[in-house]
Amino acid sequence: MSSEEAFVSIRGMSFSRGDRLIYDNIDLDIPRGKVTAIMGPSGTGKTTLLRLIGGQLLPDSGTIKVDGHNVPTLKRAQLFELRKQTMGMLFQSGALFTDLSVFDNVAFPIRVHTDLPESMIRDLVLMKLEAVGLRGARRLMPAELSGGMARRVALARTIALDPEMMLYDEPFTGLDPISLSVTVKLIKSLNDALGLTSILVTHDVDEACSIADYVCLLSDGKVIGFDSPENLMNSGSEQVRQFMQGKPDGPVPFHFPADNIDADFLKQVD
Amino acid sequence: MLNLINKILDPIQALGQAALASLQAFGRAGVFLASSIMWGGPGSAGFGDLVKQIYSIGVRSLSIIIVAGFFVGMVLGLQGYTILSDFGSEAALGTMVSLTLLRELGPVVTGLLFAGRAGSALTAEIGLMKATEQISAMEMMGIDPLKRIITPRLWGGFIAMPILGLIFSLVGIWGGAYVGINMLGVDEGAYWGNMQASVGFYDDVLKGVVKSLVFGLVVTWIAVYQGFDSIPTSEGISSATTKTVVLASLAVLGLDFILTAIMLGSI
Repeated sequence: MSSEEAFVSIRGMSFSRGDRLIYDNIDLDIPRGKVTAIMGPSGTGKTTLLRLIGGQLLPDSGTIKVDGHNVPTLKRAQLFELRKQTMGMLFQSGALFTDLSVFDNVAFPIRVHTDLPESMIRDLVLMKLEAVGLRGARRLMPAELSGGMARRVALARTIALDPEMMLYDEPFTGLDPISLSVTVKLIKSLNDALGLTSILVTHDVDEACSIADYVCLLSDGKVIGFDSPENLMNSGSEQVRQFMQGKPDGPVPFHFPADNIDADFLKQVD
Repeated sequence: MLNLINKILDPIQALGQAALASLQAFGRAGVFLASSIMWGGPGSAGFGDLVKQIYSIGVRSLSIIIVAGFFVGMVLGLQGYTILSDFGSEAALGTMVSLTLLRELGPVVTGLLFAGRAGSALTAEIGLMKATEQISAMEMMGIDPLKRIITPRLWGGFIAMPILGLIFSLVGIWGGAYVGINMLGVDEGAYWGNMQASVGFYDDVLKGVVKSLVFGLVVTWIAVYQGFDSIPTSEGISSATTKTVVLASLAVLGLDFILTAIMLGSI
């Protein structure tokens, strides 16, 4: 993929937490205008990757370019400007401001970053809330919302400033079937209608594959597969197929490493 | 032999590490304070935010300050009367109560109560904002949380604390008057007249306000830093809240000695 086509371009990036190596010299290109799902086993550092792209964590080495800007080397003010212009991130919990109403939550970034008159802010907020189907809930407080509604309000707030790239952290976790299908549909329709680049971190293979143009599979600090969902489903790699098809045992073992079973059971006391 | 050397060296190494960690934390807290103050005046996040913080830090602490001030004043009246009457100087009760409150007890007790009431609330609030990813969300919107969350709270504490300290002293003086005049029979004219004659605006009132300003800044600084630096779990927030109350209370008492020594010209 050429660099113009890639909205996010990661080269030779390593990141460790304490002694644990999370990413080991990875290269990754996230294509512009597409939905890319980042998947992999729990604890593999998928959310960490979003935070690295968003500049909330710094890599040990390598470059992370977002729309041509190398995020780790940006100064604080430049980083905030890049986030304001380019990025939107939907957190797993929604991360709504609990002391503000639904309306004020969505209006918050517009009020801080623009000098628009209140009447225009009202129109913008109502448009964003209408897009997620919650125009009628604008007077509610976050504590009065269900998990699915809170996430939709957070989505409206995230698109309030029309970002070019959306980062979704586990958007499908803990949702009932109706909220789940609403969220899946919203992510896809927002991406297509606004021409966004979307990066989706998730465990849900079926939902992700139904809307993703590309799937990036991570394991043990490496990218083990990057392709369309169909190609990954039929991949030659057993490890990739095990994850995509949700098989309980395979290259990623069902059992946590342990002593030999016969020896273990014959032992009297630990 | 090697074991023995290790046994001796381990505690020294641990002490060194603890000292380095404390210094690092102090350095981080210093940078944090400088950044929060440098990047904006009181109204940098909007005047409304500042008023909201003064309300939540100051107005909501009023009841505890007024009740505590009244009781402290009444006890001072009672104790002062007992001591002064031995020398036949009950008439100096007003002077004693007012000077004790304005110079020492007003700023110090308010500082301690402020650390327990407003400081712990600030730490818990910011810690929970961190745990629920509200601070991360703000950062990802391109909004600096130091400017939006910390600066108005710091200024709110800085502005509210001296006002609370003065209210504490005022109510305490009334409490002393209530006990002295109404219950113990001290002459009302002597109580207020001696106070008026001996309390100086610069030496007593203003110096007390300066102490309150310093305590307000330090307590709020400790509270917001502990919240911002807390580990975002229930245990982490609980530990940060405890640290706020302990550190802020000790800081108030320690700084009170230093400030008093400077004001009396002993240092």
